[in-house]
Amino acid sequence: MAVCIAVIAKENYPLYIRSTPTENELKFHYMVHTSLDVVDEKISAMGKALVDQRELYLGLLYPTEDYKVYGYVTNSKVKFVMVVDSSNTALRDNEIRSMFRKLHNSYTDVMCNPFYNPGDRIHPGGPYFLCPYPVQVGPTSCVRSSPGGPYSCVRSSPAGPLITW
Amino acid sequence: MSPTQWDLPVELCCRPMAFVTLTGLDVVYNAVHRAVWDAFCANRRADRVPISFKVLPGDHEYPKCRPKRTSYEWYIPKGILKTGWMNKHLNLVPALVVVFYELDWDEPQWKEKQSECATRVEIVRQSLQGRNTKVAVVLIQKKTPLPPGEDVIASERAAALCNACELSGKSLFVLPHTDHLVGYIIRLENAFYEHAQTYYYTEIRRVKSHKEFLNKTTHQLLFVRHQFKIAFFSELKQDTQNALKNYRTAYNLVHELRAHETNILEIKTMAGFINYKICRLCFQHNTPLDAIAQFRKHIDLCKKKIGSAELSFEHAAWMSKQFQAFGDLFDEAIKLGLTAIQTQNPGFYYQQAAYYAQERKQLAKSLCNHEASIMYPNPDPLETQTGVLDFYGQRSWRQGILSFDLSDPEKEKVGVLAIQLKERNVAHSEIIITLLSNAVAQFKKYKCPRMKSHLMVQMGEEYYYAKDYTKALKLLDYVMCDYRSEGWWTLLTSILTTALKCSYLMAQLKDYITYSLELLGRASTLKDDQKSRIEKNLINVLMNESPDPEPDCDIFAVKTAQKLWADRISLAGSNIFTIGVQDFVPFVQCKAKFHAPSFHVDVPVEFDIYLKADCPHPIRFSKLCVSFNNQEYNQFCVIEEASKANEVLENPTQGKMCLVPGKTRKLLFKFVAKTEDVGKKIEITSVDLALGNETGRCVVLNWQGGGGDAASSQEALQAARSFKRRPKLPDNEVHWDSIIIQASTMIISRVPNISVHLRHEPPALTNEMYCLVVTVQSHEKTQIRDVKLTAGLKPGQDANLTQKTHVTLHGTELCDESYPALLTDIPVGDLHPGEQLEKMLYVRCGTVGSRMFLVYVSYLINITAEEKEIVCKCHKDETVTIETVFPFDVAVKFVSTKFEHLERVYADIPFLLMTDLLSASPWALTVVSSELQLAPSMTTVDQLESQVDNVVLQTGESASECFCLRCPSLGNVEGGVATGHYIISWKRTSAMENIPVIRTVITLPHVIVENIPLHVNADLPSFGRVRESLPVKYHLQNKTDFVQDVEISVEPSDAFMFSGLKQIRLPAQAFYSYQYFCQATGSTHG
Repeated sequence: MAVCIAVIAKENYPLYIRSTPTENELKFHYMVHTSLDVVDEKISAMGKALVDQRELYLGLLYPTEDYKVYGYVTNSKVKFVMVVDSSNTALRDNEIRSMFRKLHNSYTDVMCNPFYNPGDRIHPGGPYFLCPYPVQVGPTSCVRSSPGGPYSCVRSSPAGPLITW
Repeated sequence: MSPTQWDLPVELCCRPMAFVTLTGLDVVYNAVHRAVWDAFCANRRADRVPISFKVLPGDHEYPKCRPKRTSYEWYIPKGILKTGWMNKHLNLVPALVVVFYELDWDEPQWKEKQSECATRVEIVRQSLQGRNTKVAVVLIQKKTPLPPGEDVIASERAAALCNACELSGKSLFVLPHTDHLVGYIIRLENAFYEHAQTYYYTEIRRVKSHKEFLNKTTHQLLFVRHQFKIAFFSELKQDTQNALKNYRTAYNLVHELRAHETNILEIKTMAGFINYKICRLCFQHNTPLDAIAQFRKHIDLCKKKIGSAELSFEHAAWMSKQFQAFGDLFDEAIKLGLTAIQTQNPGFYYQQAAYYAQERKQLAKSLCNHEASIMYPNPDPLETQTGVLDFYGQRSWRQGILSFDLSDPEKEKVGVLAIQLKERNVAHSEIIITLLSNAVAQFKKYKCPRMKSHLMVQMGEEYYYAKDYTKALKLLDYVMCDYRSEGWWTLLTSILTTALKCSYLMAQLKDYITYSLELLGRASTLKDDQKSRIEKNLINVLMNESPDPEPDCDIFAVKTAQKLWADRISLAGSNIFTIGVQDFVPFVQCKAKFHAPSFHVDVPVEFDIYLKADCPHPIRFSKLCVSFNNQEYNQFCVIEEASKANEVLENPTQGKMCLVPGKTRKLLFKFVAKTEDVGKKIEITSVDLALGNETGRCVVLNWQGGGGDAASSQEALQAARSFKRRPKLPDNEVHWDSIIIQASTMIISRVPNISVHLRHEPPALTNEMYCLVVTVQSHEKTQIRDVKLTAGLKPGQDANLTQKTHVTLHGTELCDESYPALLTDIPVGDLHPGEQLEKMLYVRCGTVGSRMFLVYVSYLINITAEEKEIVCKCHKDETVTIETVFPFDVAVKFVSTKFEHLERVYADIPFLLMTDLLSASPWALTVVSSELQLAPSMTTVDQLESQVDNVVLQTGESASECFCLRCPSLGNVEGGVATGHYIISWKRTSAMENIPVIRTVITLPHVIVENIPLHVNADLPSFGRVRESLPVKYHLQNKTDFVQDVEISVEPSDAFMFSGLKQIRLPAQAFYSYQYFCQATGSTHG
């Protein structure tokens, strides 16, 4: 299990970031943010050669004393970053890869949602992210719960037609 | 910083070099000795052997050698490594002692000198008793020695001297004091180096020999000690491969030691030392990956060996030092040529060192929070008799005690207390900041801007803890924009919160306000209660009061801050702060939008300023002003509300000066543009919103252009991408995201209310005076003045057209080159409503092709807009494209008098010139007259008057003329002979009387004239009658200067009967003509 996963927009701002030990969230935010240095470097280093090979997994970005940070970049330059506890030896490269693939699938689902506006921050509590099963949701609209707060997705009319995806 | 107990000892960190002492040199008073010594120490570059030299007196007392232990059976070591050991072998116990002695081979008092030298050697030997240190003698000689074997005395005396001094021949050297001193010295030191290596080799053997006496139960410490010593001696011997091997063994042995709380520090200290040596050697051997692997292993092994919980900060300090030392080694290796990469560079080690230093600080804070009444114990348990510890890593109050049980718990307690109290005085923040800044420097080098920013944030926070708020603020402020520009709001909020605390504690008004503005804004992720608190504080500050302290601030610092804030109030003076918002995300957003991209000058310019507040409570602003590129409009766009300072929060939801959170406020502005600005752009250069007022404190938020702050462009992009349906709002409200900034508008002239008509008959004919009738009619309600007409070729076309187009108002005379292509500003007077005027223009086009003609009418009219009388200049233009064509084509041909086509004409023989004028004009043309102007070479046969005067030609009709001409003989002219010009005077049939006739001159083609030798002219009657004779007369003319023989034969056709000579031969004389008659009679058939 990863301790923190993050989805970063093409422009390098966070679309979604969540860590399991919630008490030290800031630390993980910084960790994810600093890992973008390596992501940027890897993307620019691989240039066109790797784009053709469709290799999206960037591998271990950098190790810290307690955590390992892995990266993944989609063709549209959306980045996924995953932080794993260093002591967790069960997670090998293959496991990390498959976790990224799952994350990518979930992200693709979000993008397929007609009510999601690409580039908007994805709210952790929102109905359209990382859902393991099909969810039925009415027409949604994104509103801000507080001025300046993150966007959240609410159902505007419960009586509206149901859409399944 | 002075060295702390955690710093690695100098003797560990240096590169060990063989230690050689030089005796018998008087470097102070003896110039020769001085030169010798200088040659040894100067220019010790890498190519010289690694020896550290020291000059000592001959009777120097070297450290005493302890008596050899014969058995280890009863020996129990008291620790791993003595603190003095490394220094002893680096700087005190030499590998070789060199005795310098001035003695020449031909010394007269040889015997005395020899024995003195032997005594000196003996003294040195005495003080080295028990050691394996080598002794060598160097004879300083004045004379250059002879080649070996030639000087018999020398070899004899050398042998004698060796004997007297008990030296082997290899240990006796001669140093001639001549020109080549440095060369001799280098040879000498190479010899010394060999001796030194032998010494260290024997030392290694000696230590190894102890091993067999050791047993694993009582001598565990000695295994480590001996292994370390072997490795260290190997290093002195410059055998780094073996040194590394032995250090690795020592490292494994040190971890085999039984660890307990009482000796864990000693084990860690030694492990740290050995690890340092291993890493250092790995880098030296250019195997950095081995170094990194060793270091990782070291950290993994030692990470959990915390030791006493009461002194856990010591472990953190030790860990920190391990990382720092490795970082230093890594960095040093890079300086020597190693290449590091982004993900593996010294920065990470410094960063980790900083984390452990932070941990040390945390632990120290919780463990060393003794009350002030607790005094530092006396006597000091950390003091030792010698001032230093005997063994590395031991406790001063129980040195050499190996038992794991604490024999004296009371003593232990006092010792721990002393350490804790000492820790309290450590400047932790300083250590952390130094490490962080080391890391920053590294990450900067290895392209990690974000990592660098993160470390700078930590530095800033550390300065905050260290109460250096100025530096903290400087750092935080520097990196804030990085997080802001990348939209990491959580991180930005965290940094801003610290920055706000700093600015509060320093009572920095402007900073405090700026950070508050942003923390209340939409980029802040603070909870509403926090925002509420900050807004309240902000309002307090604006009302010239002190804000409440920020939470979690140091109590003493808060007290100081409160005093500072109180001082700020009494110093009320210039309290207006202008803050540019383009670099941050304040809680008020602003967008300006002109209603249209352009306005006619006769209607007022209108625009809206949209404001939206993101703070939790309504806020009232005091003034809004808009600035334009033309500052004259600024005065019309100001909203100000005279309110008292305490009204900021009263009646909050009323009035247009009050912003309700989340609601978009629209403010409409209107002004009449100046007529001078017609054709110019009016731009909003800035919007200023004032909060608070001059009596208290006033903040002016300044938006550049039409609004927008650091986050707006991204938001606008997102809003543009979005295809979301926005919920319906009441009519007077708008969605913030749907407002698009429009910060500039064009002022354009008033719409003209006149009509301009053009009447003409296209196409135009080349060179004619083409008539264009312009009709202007006013539909305005009032009189229009100063009507001016500009007409002619539209500028911006082919430059050649300008040369070939001429415009005039007067059609009665032909215009020439001097006439312009465009007539500008022809005044045509005033026009009353409904009135119309007509103006005729004549255009002469010299070439064919299409041209654009412009007719531009401008006038002035007085208009009232927004109760202001303005004079508007209006204009209307018409453009017309006119084609110009040739009016007619002229074809010319030469024919013989029998109307046969001629390629060439013959000299003196008459021929005909035929002209054919074909009208190409769609309009009827009148050919007024035509004229043939002959060239001097041509003569006419009969008169040349025009045959086509006043002929009217419709389209496609043609008019032909025929002239009989003759060309006298001219000899052979290249290219033919000029014929002359054909001039046609013509005009449109429809043109008025007074329009001048156009003369078109056509240059006739040249004709080739040929001289012929014989001209035959037949004179035939025009008709004959059947069965009557038909006289046929031939004229033969010789055109040459010579007599020619001519043979004539006549072959009549079958239809005639023939009489006369059929064949004659006669001479034809020059310039004579002959007539030859013959008669023919015949009949024609049917």
